[in-house]
Amino acid sequence: MNQWYGFQQGEWQDQINVRDFIQRNYTPYTGDESFLAPPTARTETLLKKLEALTALEREFGGVLDIDTQTVTSLLNYKPGYLDKDKEIIVGLQTDRPLKRGVNPFGGLRMTRAACKAYGYELSEKVEQEFLYRTTHNDGVFRVYTDEMLAARHCGLITGLPDAYGRGRIIGDYRRVALYGIDRLIEEKKKDKVAVGKRPMTVDTIRQLEELYQQINFLGKLKEMAAMYGFDISLPAQNAKEAVQWLYFGYLGAIKEQNGAAMSLGRVSTFLDIYFERDLKAGILTEEGVQEIIDDFVMKLRLARHLRTPEYNELFGGDPMWITESIGGMGEDGRTLVTKSSFRMLHTLYNLKPSAEPNLTVLWSQDLPEAFKRYCAKVSCDTDAIQYENDDLMRPRYGDDYGIACCVSAMKIGKQMQFFGARANLAKLLLLALNGGKDELKNMQVGPENPPYEGEYLDYDKVTALLDFYRPWLAHMYANTMNVIHYMHDKYAYEKTQMALHDTDVHRFMAFGAAGLSVLADSLSAIKYAKVRCIRDPETGLITDFETEGEYPAFGNDDDRVDSIAKEQIELFYKALKETPLYRDAEHTLSILTITSNVVYGKKTGSTPDGRKAGEPFAPGANPMHNREKNGALASLNSVAKLPYDCCRDGISNTFSIVPDALGKDEESRLDNLVSLLDGYFAKMAHHLNVNVLNRETLLAAYEEPEKYPNLTIRVSGYAVNFYKLSREQQREVISRTFHQVM
Amino acid sequence: MEGRIHSFQSMGAVDGPGLRFVVFMQGCALRCPYCHNPDTWDFAGGKSYSVEEIVKKIENYRSYLKKGGVTLSGGEPLYQGAFVLSLLKALKEKGFHTALDTSCQVLDSYTDDILDHTDLVLADVKVLSDRFLPYGWSLSRAEAFLEKTKEKGVSVWFRQVVAPGLNDTEEDVKALSAFARQYPNVKKIELLPFHKLCLEKYRSLNIPFPFETVDAMEKSRVDDLSRLLKNDE
Repeated sequence: MNQWYGFQQGEWQDQINVRDFIQRNYTPYTGDESFLAPPTARTETLLKKLEALTALEREFGGVLDIDTQTVTSLLNYKPGYLDKDKEIIVGLQTDRPLKRGVNPFGGLRMTRAACKAYGYELSEKVEQEFLYRTTHNDGVFRVYTDEMLAARHCGLITGLPDAYGRGRIIGDYRRVALYGIDRLIEEKKKDKVAVGKRPMTVDTIRQLEELYQQINFLGKLKEMAAMYGFDISLPAQNAKEAVQWLYFGYLGAIKEQNGAAMSLGRVSTFLDIYFERDLKAGILTEEGVQEIIDDFVMKLRLARHLRTPEYNELFGGDPMWITESIGGMGEDGRTLVTKSSFRMLHTLYNLKPSAEPNLTVLWSQDLPEAFKRYCAKVSCDTDAIQYENDDLMRPRYGDDYGIACCVSAMKIGKQMQFFGARANLAKLLLLALNGGKDELKNMQVGPENPPYEGEYLDYDKVTALLDFYRPWLAHMYANTMNVIHYMHDKYAYEKTQMALHDTDVHRFMAFGAAGLSVLADSLSAIKYAKVRCIRDPETGLITDFETEGEYPAFGNDDDRVDSIAKEQIELFYKALKETPLYRDAEHTLSILTITSNVVYGKKTGSTPDGRKAGEPFAPGANPMHNREKNGALASLNSVAKLPYDCCRDGISNTFSIVPDALGKDEESRLDNLVSLLDGYFAKMAHHLNVNVLNRETLLAAYEEPEKYPNLTIRVSGYAVNFYKLSREQQREVISRTFHQVM
Repeated sequence: MEGRIHSFQSMGAVDGPGLRFVVFMQGCALRCPYCHNPDTWDFAGGKSYSVEEIVKKIENYRSYLKKGGVTLSGGEPLYQGAFVLSLLKALKEKGFHTALDTSCQVLDSYTDDILDHTDLVLADVKVLSDRFLPYGWSLSRAEAFLEKTKEKGVSVWFRQVVAPGLNDTEEDVKALSAFARQYPNVKKIELLPFHKLCLEKYRSLNIPFPFETVDAMEKSRVDDLSRLLKNDE
C-alpha cells in the first residue's frame, strides 16, 4: 500500500496489530534534548489565542459557553476552529473553541444541574428529545437496592459513575492512522460474521449489537472527518496526516462520551515512526515536527466536558485525563523512548506548563540516562508530569500498554476497564464500631449489630468487627458496580472507543479504596497507644476518640504500621474477589482518590488516629500530612510496601519537595531526582507524582490566582492548574507535607 | 556496640554528594551561638541504637543511595568515636559512601581509623579566629584535625555558616578561600546562610538563643559570596 511506503513489513499488515508495527519500525533514541526546536511564530500566535480564550473562560467562572440546544455526538456540530487558516491539526468538540456541549446520555438531571450552575438552562429541545429516552442514570436507579442507596448517601461508596460517563477506556486511536477507517470496518464486519456463528446467548446477542454500533460509529467518524475536509477511509500517508487521523479518532470519542477520564494512550513513539519517515524524505524539518506536535497538544488542551459543581468536588480542576504514556522499555530490551518522547514533554516549554494532556512517564531502571535527566528537569521546571513503574507493569501488561486516567494500566486496544470509584475504608472502621450505623447521620447502613462495648478500643476486637463488615461492604460494592456497568453498556455504550479495540477484549473492574492511611494509623493507634471512645450522649454512637501515648504512623518506614496497611488492603481485595462480576470482569483495586480525599474526609467522623471529623484524608496512598517524621525516602518506602498485585489498578503517591531540599543547584537537583525515582521504583513501587516547589508559591497563588494562570501541580494521579481547584481543595493541597531541608 | 542517636533523616540532599541517609548523633560539647540543633547537645538525650540496627535501617534505602551514601552528622559524631568507627566500618563493608559532618574538634585514638573509613569529611570551619573559643570551638584544634585529613588524603568539603557581623564580608570569604588552599584535599567550599528557624526549638527547650537578635542571612547575599569563591578558584 502506497501509504505504508518505507515501513518494515510484518504481521501488522495482515491483522490489526499496532504493536507489531511499532516494534518493526521505531527508532530508539538515547541522546539528550539538545535537538529540540523552540515554538514557531505560528505556534506562538495560536498559543496567544488559546491563552486569551482560557483567560476568558476563567473570568466567566470556569465555563466559557454551553450549547444547550445540541446533544453532543460526532456529527451534531458544524466544524469548529481555533484559527482555520493557521491550524495544522483541526477539529473541535463543538463549533467553537471551549464551547461545551451537553451529553445527557449519562443522566439528564446532571446535565440540567450543570447548565444551571453556569447560568444556562437546558433547552426544551433537548428535554423533549430525552423525554422518552432512558439514560444510564435512569437505568441504574431503577435497580439500586435500599442498601446501595444508603451506602451511597452516607459516603461509604462515593464518586460512582452512575450519572456521567464511566470513562477510563482508551481507544487505540493509532489504528485510525495506520489502517484507515475502511480497513477497520472491514475487520469488524469479519468479526461480526464470526461472532454470529456462536450460540445466541445473551452475551453473543449483546456483542453482535455492540459490533453493529461500532461499525456504525466508525462510519460516523469518517463522516466527521469529511466535514473538516479529510477523507480518512485510507491510512495516513504522512506524519501530519497520521496526527490528524489519530486526533480525529480521539475527537470522535470525546464528542460521543463524557467519561471521567478520556485518555489518549501511548502515541508519541507510534507517531515518531511517521516523523522519522518524513524527516528522512526531507518533507519535514525538526521545527516542522515540533510544530505539528505543539498544534496537536493545543487541540488537546481545548478539550472540555460539562460538569456539575458536585462533580468538581470529587474531580477538581476540570480534568479530562488526556493521559499520554511516554517512554518505557520494550520486551526485547530496546528502549521505547524516541525523539518524539522528548518532543511531547517539550510542549510543556513551548506551550508553557499545563495540566493536560496528563503526561505520564513510564519509568524503567533501564531508560536512557539522558531521558531520565530530561524528565527530572521537566518535573523541576513544570510540576506537570507523573511517573509510573514500567519495570513493574511491563511483565504484566507487555510493552504496549497505556495508562487510563491516573494509574490504571491496560493493554491498548486489548483490555478495557469498568471504572469503579471507591469505598471509604476509614468510614468502614467507624461503621464497624457503631454496629453498622453511620456515625454522622445516625442511620443504619450495614447489617445491624450491637455496637462496640467498653471504654478503650481493643485491637483484636476491632479487627474482628472489621472482618465482619468488610465482606459485607465488598459484596455490596461489587454488586453496585455490576448494576452500574450493566446499565452503562446498555444505555451509554462507548461505540467509537470500543470500535478501536479488538472485538474480544479483556475487562477489568476497577474498585478503589480511600482512607487507607487513616485506617492504618487508626489501627496502629489502637494497637500501640491507648484509644478511648467518646460516645454521643444522645445517640450513643461513638463519635470521637481520645488517644493517649504515641503510635507508629504510616509514612515512616516502620513495619509495625506499614504491615497493617498492607494487610488491610490485601483483605479488602480478597473480599472483593468473592463476588462474581458483570461480563466476567477481572477484579482490580486502586488506592487513588483524585481530589475526593477532601469530600471523603468531610463525610467521615473523627477517627482513632487523631484526625477530627470532617478533616481531609491524605490523597491516594499517601501517608497522612505531616506525620512523616523520618524524611522523604522513609515516606516513599512505606508506600512502596503496598502490594501491586492486590492493587493492579494502581497505587497513587503524591510527593512534594521544596527545591532546596532536593539539592543545592540545578545539576544536583536533577541527579537527586533521578536517584530518587530509580530508588523508589527499584522497590517495585507503582506511581509517583512529583512536585518541586515551595509552599510560598502556592500561598501566593491562593491569594492572587489570576497572576498564576500556568501554575500547575500534581495532585493525585493527575495535574491541575492550581487556580481551577476550589478554595477548599487549594487549602488542602497547601497543608500537605512538603519535604524540607532539616 | 550502641550509640546515642538524635534522629534519622532518610533523605538528605545537601549533606554531601547525591542522596544521603543522614544519622544525627546525639551530644555536642560546643555551644556555638548560632547552633540550629540545640536539641542535640545533651549527651544523655536521644535514643540508643546498635550498629546493626542502624545498618539494617539504612539497607532499606540502598536503592536510592547509589550516587550518594550515608552522612553522620549531629551533634558531633566524633564524641562517640568508638561507635562511629564501628558504624563507619560496617557501612564501608556494605559498600556505602560515607561522609562525616564534623566541627573538627576531636583528635583521639579513634581518629585515624575513622578517617580510614570516611570517604568525605564535611568540615565545619566556623570562623578563622578565636572568636568561638568561649563556645568551645578552637581554630587550632580544627587545623590539627585538617592536617590529619591532609596526611590521610581524605576528601574534604569546607562548610561554613555565614552570619551577619561574624564572617560575612568579602574579606572573610577570601580569607577562607586562602585558608582552604593550604589543604589540597579540600575539594569544595560551601557557604550556608545563618537562619533562625531554630528559634522555636530554643524556646521549647528553655535555652536562650544567643543569636536571637542577629538578622538571618539573605540567601542572595550568600550566593554572591559563593560566586566570589568560584572566581577565586
